[in-house]
Amino acid sequence: MPVNYYIFLSVALFCIGIAGVLTRRNAIVVFMCIELMLNAVNLLLVAFSKMHHLAGLALDPGSTAGTEAQLFVFFIMVVAAAEVTVGLAIIVMMYRNIHSVDINFLNRLKH
Amino acid sequence: MSTTEILFWFLSALAILSALMMVTSRNPVHSVLWLILVFFAISGHYILMNAQFLAIVNMIVYAGAIMVLFLFVIMLMNMNADTEPQKNKWMKMAGAVASGSLMLVLVAALRDTELRSKGLEGAEGSIGLISQLGKVLFTDYVVAFELSSVLFLSAMVGAVLIGKKN
Repeated sequence: MPVNYYIFLSVALFCIGIAGVLTRRNAIVVFMCIELMLNAVNLLLVAFSKMHHLAGLALDPGSTAGTEAQLFVFFIMVVAAAEVTVGLAIIVMMYRNIHSVDINFLNRLKH
Repeated sequence: MSTTEILFWFLSALAILSALMMVTSRNPVHSVLWLILVFFAISGHYILMNAQFLAIVNMIVYAGAIMVLFLFVIMLMNMNADTEPQKNKWMKMAGAVASGSLMLVLVAALRDTELRSKGLEGAEGSIGLISQLGKVLFTDYVVAFELSSVLFLSAMVGAVLIGKKN
């Protein structure tokens, strides 16, 4: 499949994630939708990495073009894991204080 | 249609349908399970594009660790479809229209991109293998690697600090 199909697939997944963020009120589900958006971007990065690699291979058979993109995806996963830890800790703390994960009550985070 | 094309369409349909089910299902536990299915489909795409290391990391880190964390938190709070807060109908419709408009704009903008590249599936090259990635990771990107370990440490300390009872 050419890279266009991957672009459209990523756009579709990203927009589904945005729809989830906009339509759900459960903070955890909103957080999961953000993970989905991150994954859509990762998929696109891997697709472009492969495209770049194929273009590099056409010029030089021993080319390693495209490695950086895959490492970038790896670092995105690392940062996402750290982000999930802190985010879920905040949600658990919020649940302990106001006994709800409804984001409409999140404006009370200050007290 | 070749095998890779059939696999591509199958995995894409699986990913999009599971993502839609995740957004629309009322029970948060079901949402987590659908999201795990999305991650498996994306891992399948990585394997198709010869990025084996990322496929395995995606399965272990995302579908394994992160989603289990979500599942634990959801079960800790004892959430189910009855306790799920719902936005009203018009807000939902507005959200769907907004994201649909964004998708329309992006697709319209990217529709005329060149189709010059050939299929991305296939086993050309070895950049997805762990030996190649590890070599680059521990030479060119070793500073970023060490910084990410500091990030993990601070995230761990932060999670414990936020999570502990005061």
